[in-house]
Parts: sequence; C-alpha cells; structure tokens
Amino acid sequence: MHKDYDVAVVGGGLLGSAIAWGLGRLGKTVAVLDEGDIAKRASRANFALVWVQSKGLGMPAYTGWTVRASEGWGRLAAELKDQTGLDVALQQNGGFHLTLGEDEFAQRGQLVTRMHNQVGAADYRMEMLSASAVKKMLPLIGPEVSGGSFCPLDGHVNSLRTFRAFHTGMKLFGVDYLPERPVSAIARDGGEFRLSTPQGEIHAAKVVLAAGNANQTLAPMVGLFAPMEPTRGQIVVTERTVPFLPHPLTTVRQTDEGTVMIGDSREEQLDDRTVNHAVSAVMADRAQRMFPHLARLNVVRAWAGIRVMSRDGFPIYDQSERAPGAFVACCHSGVTLASNHAFDIARMVTAGTLDPDLVGAFSARRFGAATAPGPGTH
Amino acid sequence: MTTSLVTTTPGRDTYDVVVIGAGPAGLAATAMAAGAGLSTLLVDENAGPGGQVWRAIASTPVKAPEQLGADYWAGADLVAEVQASGAEIVHRATVWSLDRQLEIGVSVGGMSSFIKARRVILATGALERPFPIPGWTLPGVMTAGAAQTMLKSSGLVPDGRTVIAGQGPLLWLLAAQILRLGGRIDRILDTTERRNYLAALPHVLDFVTSPYFAKGLAMMREVKARVPVTTGVSELAAAGEGQLASVSYVAGGRRETIPVDLLLLHQGVVPNVNLAMAAGIEHRWDDRQLCWSPLLDADGNTSVAGIAIAGDGAGIGGATVAVARGRIAARAAIEALAPAATAKLAAENVLRTALAQAERGRSFLDVLFRPAPQFRIPSGDTIVCRCEEVSAKDILDAVAIGATGPNQLKAYRRTGMGPCQGRLCGLTVTQLMAQARGKSPQDIGYYRLRAPVKPITLAELAAMPQTEADVKAVVRG
Amino acid sequence: MFKRIDQDNRPRVQILVDGAALEARQGDTVSSALLASGRDVRRATAVSGAPRLPYCMMGVCFDCLVTIDGVGNRQGCLVPVADGMQIEIQKGKREIGR
Repeated sequence: MHKDYDVAVVGGGLLGSAIAWGLGRLGKTVAVLDEGDIAKRASRANFALVWVQSKGLGMPAYTGWTVRASEGWGRLAAELKDQTGLDVALQQNGGFHLTLGEDEFAQRGQLVTRMHNQVGAADYRMEMLSASAVKKMLPLIGPEVSGGSFCPLDGHVNSLRTFRAFHTGMKLFGVDYLPERPVSAIARDGGEFRLSTPQGEIHAAKVVLAAGNANQTLAPMVGLFAPMEPTRGQIVVTERTVPFLPHPLTTVRQTDEGTVMIGDSREEQLDDRTVNHAVSAVMADRAQRMFPHLARLNVVRAWAGIRVMSRDGFPIYDQSERAPGAFVACCHSGVTLASNHAFDIARMVTAGTLDPDLVGAFSARRFGAATAPGPGTH
Repeated sequence: MTTSLVTTTPGRDTYDVVVIGAGPAGLAATAMAAGAGLSTLLVDENAGPGGQVWRAIASTPVKAPEQLGADYWAGADLVAEVQASGAEIVHRATVWSLDRQLEIGVSVGGMSSFIKARRVILATGALERPFPIPGWTLPGVMTAGAAQTMLKSSGLVPDGRTVIAGQGPLLWLLAAQILRLGGRIDRILDTTERRNYLAALPHVLDFVTSPYFAKGLAMMREVKARVPVTTGVSELAAAGEGQLASVSYVAGGRRETIPVDLLLLHQGVVPNVNLAMAAGIEHRWDDRQLCWSPLLDADGNTSVAGIAIAGDGAGIGGATVAVARGRIAARAAIEALAPAATAKLAAENVLRTALAQAERGRSFLDVLFRPAPQFRIPSGDTIVCRCEEVSAKDILDAVAIGATGPNQLKAYRRTGMGPCQGRLCGLTVTQLMAQARGKSPQDIGYYRLRAPVKPITLAELAAMPQTEADVKAVVRG
Repeated sequence: MFKRIDQDNRPRVQILVDGAALEARQGDTVSSALLASGRDVRRATAVSGAPRLPYCMMGVCFDCLVTIDGVGNRQGCLVPVADGMQIEIQKGKREIGR
C-alpha cells in the first residue's frame, strides 16, 4: 500500500484512537496501524474510571494534567455524541475509595494528607469521609466499611462505547483504520517516515507511537525512549442488576448497562489468557464486604488485562530530537486522559511541538536522571 | 465390584480421574476407569445420568419402551454399569473452571470447591447449532432438543399448532417420539438443500451399510405417514408481537405463511467447547461439520497434558461413537495411571474397531445435512447474540469500522458478553465475520473464553481460598 | 403449548408462581413446570425488556432465567421443582439482593 498520510498513529486502542480522532477532527489525513483480534488490549480490559483522586503523588504535573482531562471530558462526550450519535454514559458526580477496617482508613487518610501537602498540585478537593457520611451517599454499604476518600471530580464512562465512538468518528473524519498491521520497523527517509507492516509500507510525515507497552520496542526506532513496566490486572463482572450504586468506587462500579465491575488487582504475572481465582476471590470478598447485597449476584465473566505502565507509573509524552515529527505517547489512564489526547495531544502533534507547560514534565528524559520515584497510585 | 456413591458434594479433593459430563461418553469412561480401580469422580450438571441423548433415563415418566425407542433404552445398561463401578457421582454440579494444572472449580448447591485430578476426561457433549432466523427469540420458538428434553424428562408433548423446521436425524426422531406419545405436529419444514443429496452420493455406500440407514428410513416413513412434510424450504422466518404467531417460508417458488403456536428448530448439533477452550485446549475449524473441534490424538488427548475429550465435544459422532471414545480415553488414562489394570480391559484394537464401526455413515450425514449458508449466516435485523440483543447488521457495522474478529467485536458491540458466553452466537459471529471479511472461519477465530464458564455467585467466588500474597495483589492505599 | 402424557403417574408437587399455586410433577424442572402450566410465564430481558421463554432447556441459553425462592437469575431448566417452591417471573434486570 502506498499512500501518504500527514500522520501515522501506531496503535488503535483508546489512546491511539483518541489522538487519531483528534487529528482527523483537525482535518489531518491519518492512518491508524493496529494489531488484530488477539492482542494485549488495555482498551478492552480497563475499569472505565474517569479518575482524579490520588493521581500524581510524586509528580504534581500529573495531577494538573488529570484534572484538565476530567474537565475536558464533558466536551469530548458531547462532541462524540453529536458526531456519532453514541452516548458514552459519562457520569462525573464524584467517586469514592472505600476502606475496610480502621487500619485502611488511617492509611488512606495519610495518603490524602500527603496529596494535599504536595506543593504545586492542583486542588481537587479530595477529602476523607466517615462511614456515616459515606452511608448518606451510598446507603447500601456494609458494617465493615470504615469510611473512605471522596473526590467530587471523579467519575466514570462506558469505555467500550467510547472506543466504538472513537472508531465510528474516525471513519467519519476519513481516518484510515488499518488493523492486522503490526509495525515491525520505522525508518526516516527524507521528510517522511516509512512504517513496515506485514501488508506493506505506510508513509507519513509524522508518526505517533501509541502502542501501549509495545512502545518500549518501537520508540528506539525513531530515537525515543519509553521504559515500561507492565502489570496484570483482573476484573470480575456480574450480571445486570437494577441501579444501586450512584457513585463509582476505585474497585466497584455499576455500568450504565447494569453490570457491576469489580477490580482490580496488580500482579507481576503477565499472561492475560487466564485468571487467578484466588486473586478474584479477594476482590469478590472485599466487594461483598463493601456492599453485602452483591453477595448473591452471579459473576458472569472474569478477565485479566495487561496494564500499560511506564517504569515510574506516570505518562510519557515526547518528541524525538533525532527524528522530529516522531512522537511517543503512553500512559496507564487511557480512559481518564482521553479528552487530553483527543484535544491537546492532537493539537500539539499537528503543530509539531509538545507544549512544555502542559506536558513538559512527562518527557522520558526524566528516566535519564536519578532513579524515578515509586509508582503513582492507580 | 463396588457400588458407586451418589453424593451431593465431592468427597475428597484429589482423584485419579475426573469425568465431566454424564452422557454416553462420560458414563462409558467412568465405568471403565472406576471399574479398573482408579478413584473416579463423575460430575454432571443435570439431576440424573444420561446427558441429553439418554436424558432422564432413570426417571422418565415415559415407560413403554417402544415410545422412546431402543437407542434411548440402550443407555440403561451403561448407567447400571457405572452404578456398580465404584465411582463417585455428583449430580447438579456445575464445573465452572478447569485449568492446565488440572484443577477443577465445581459449584454444588451454591458452594464451590476446587478438585485436583491426575487425569480429566471432558465429556461435555454437544449443543444445538444456532439457528438464527428472523424471530427466533420470540416466545414459542424453541430448539427441537428442548422439546425432546421435556418429552423425555417430564412427558410433555406439543399441544397447540406446532411446526418443526430444519434438518437432520434428531428432527425425525423427535417427530416420531412426539407422535407416538399423542402430541401434535402440524407440519415439518425440511430445509435440507437439494444439492446436498448429490454431494452426499460418494458417501452413500458407507451409509446404507450403517445402522443409521434402516432406522432412519423407518422413522421418516413413520412420520411422513402422519404429518405433511414440505421440502426445499428457504427464507424461514418466525413472526409475532411478543409471542410467536406465524411462520413463513418459501418452498417451490411460493411464499407461505402459516399460523402457529410452537416452532421447533433444529439443524444439527455442535461441540460444546466453552470449558475446553477456557482450559486453553487448542481447537480448529472443522469445515465439514462447520464448527470448532479440539485437536486430539487417537486416544482423545488434547493439547493440554492430562486432559482428554470424549464424546460429541470431540466432534459430532452420536451416542455410539461417544461410548467408544469414552472407553478409549478411559483406557488411555488407566494405562498411564495403573498400567497393570489394563490386562483385564478390552484390547485397544477392539475399542478402535468399535469406534470405526460406530463412525460409519457419519460422513454421509454430515454432507447431506450440512446447513445452508442462509440459515447459518443471517442478515439485517435478525438477532445473532440473544443475550445482548445484537443483530447481524450491528455486527456488519462493527466490521465496517474495524472489527477484525470476535474479540474486537465484543469491544464494539458486547456480543458474547452475556450469561451464555457466546454459546448461542459464537459460531454465527465467526461465520458472519468470515463472510464479511472474505476470510476463513479459522482465520477469524473465536471468542477468547475464561473461567467462570458458567455463572457462580460473588459469595461463592469470595469463599475461595486466598493467601497473603493474593490479598496484597488487591489491597493498596 | 405443551400437554402432559396420560401415562405420567409421578407424584404431584405443589409450587407457587407469582403467588398462585401450580401443580407440577416430581422430576419436572422449574422451566418444564412453567411451560406445562399454560400460563403466561414470559420473562422480560435485562437488556431491552423483550419477552422470552426458555429456548434450549439444557442449560446453555439462559432464556429460562427466573427467581426461585427469592434468588434471581436462576436457570429454571436446571432446577428440579420442590414442594412449596416459590417462583417469580422476572421482568427486566434482577434486583440487587434478590
């Protein structure tokens, strides 16, 4: 296939799709190169939170970037609805992290304090609530709930429908979605990039690497660096039930369709074909202690997914110095940050410059210095 | 011989052999394995032994032997053999997980436990091939197998205006059984494609010398004497407002619509692959039987060490083939675990000869009753995924925006994500996407399945054993 | 849609369907008993509310979902009837805690 594109986006998951949709929206000619039906896809394994609380401990810029995304989501949902007719069921009325027992409550309280004390982070009004205060907002909590943290900016969305809306919208913008084309090599030839796939070469003036953990191997092809440390997460999901949960939690949420999703583990093992029942058991046990009524619901599915995670847990956005026009974007929170990717990153790629005020802190150059701080929470 | 123990929950946590499914293959495998002295557990989802073919054989209210036929009562001997074999038998047990370590998650009466086996013989049998015609979700439309289950286990026969549509041996057997028991059938709509008769000719000699031939002919004659049969039926559709009211079809170039209360559909059966696939057993698209079949060696061993598949789950062969395969798989397990005990067993070549004999005539049936594309690959508003209510058009729309296979389709449309976990839509989705993308079903692939393959309650899952490390993998500030 | 054969002499079992007594037979599954009753026992799906009746009767299609003794979404085709069993026809999504 020989066709010239303004931009080739490598990766058709939520992150690549959001950027490609944003580029299409700005009138660019775009190709999205993606793998096939079986691939490690965080975009179909995620927990679908649009989440702010506890993001950015150790990197205040990440807090600001997250709050910005949360604020931009309403516009994104509206534009997707207008364009595709698909309602992505965005709900942003605040979310909880519930604690079981006094130890967890104290530990969470300390985290909230550390977040508040962090200099330079945006204020997002995260606060600790007692069990009785939680019960006023979540009447079905069980007696073991000791309280929790609440953040009014938190929310969730139907992430599969968001994925479908992006892909529907991409088509309407004239973006070429090209599945079954894993990229094996990228060369720079004169003013353009040549991307090798099993179905031929794609030529583009710019390239955005949005291939999740695979960015680690793709980035060096264009002089970029993306050190990744993926982990596995498991989710179990119940049958549909009538609405009972007015706010999402970090580990329990009810979808607009009625199913209850229960997450989420962090495991070293990276095989996503099976699930670890013992870990599911812990998740299920905690969920039913938070909401005793859940105990009798049927679990209809369980799955494991591989998190896209950089070595320090924070996003990476970078442009190559050796090969200008080559960008890398990877982050764990492809759902939360979708609005930033669709609007900001697409605009920056079009302009050819990453805005240092917004994303300067996320350059992979940070890994070149001393060892980075520990992983961010969630 | 020891008497078998029918229990409400497995008595121990480790067995030499665990057999999953108490149909012909599972019963045969259990009788042989337990009879050879191996500790053997037979688990089954139903209230009694027999599987679907010999459903309710120990409890059916239909007592006159000729009404259900000799092939049905043939199962009684095997059931008796199992009862005298010393096996442990648990009914109403749902196996929801099986993994490469041969650990089996079993739910009985709302409580789950894990059982470890040295050998697993999967005998989960078959289910009806999806028959996605317009209106097939309407109340009043059922599978022929469903009607047969009710007939055998509860002595229930169709009463109102009844049409049976489709093709295959089971359809004629069911019709005969309904008529013998005083039930009503208004019409049979035969969807067999005329060109199949020609295609099946090369296999005809095999067939006429098989036991299927005489039995099949007699049964068709019995039914045709009492029920009008319309052949060459195409464009079958059910209609009604919230309840089946009519069936329409085209035959001989004319469209007919007939009022009806009950429509029974059947176009063959296909392997029930969910548990096997979730265990990571490799399957291949079978182009003759138009379904997924596991890759097996001559003993029924799968790609996962220690797990064998016998019966229709290994590829459709019918009850006699299932029994033969069950014995071969059990013999292989005995040879591996207690070689000395094989001396008393039927010789390997005897079992293989029995299998070859039982398989005779199958290729003729496969070709003759190969379902027409129009009944396998629906279009327009016809529902494909009954659980999530997704139509053929929805799926084609998803292909148009980039869905390459069943797993990406799930992300776009939730197909296969309901409680049935793709059992009623998976084959249709694969074939529909293959056609839309100009690829083979093998290239398109199937849903990636994971445990639990049947629903269990959250409380059951929560009660599973957990270690400190498991807790640490979940709990964080 | 269905009738019982004359020779069926299994013991009678009394169950309640949405509060009304129904005579079933020992060995019936819940779904068989409901279909034999001749009553309107259509459930409504959790997705669109479309009416459904059992389709496969062998535990694979989940169109027989029903509330049994207060527990929702049971597969009626796999559960044998028992004297005094309380059946409720489900309309739409299961209620939490039921």
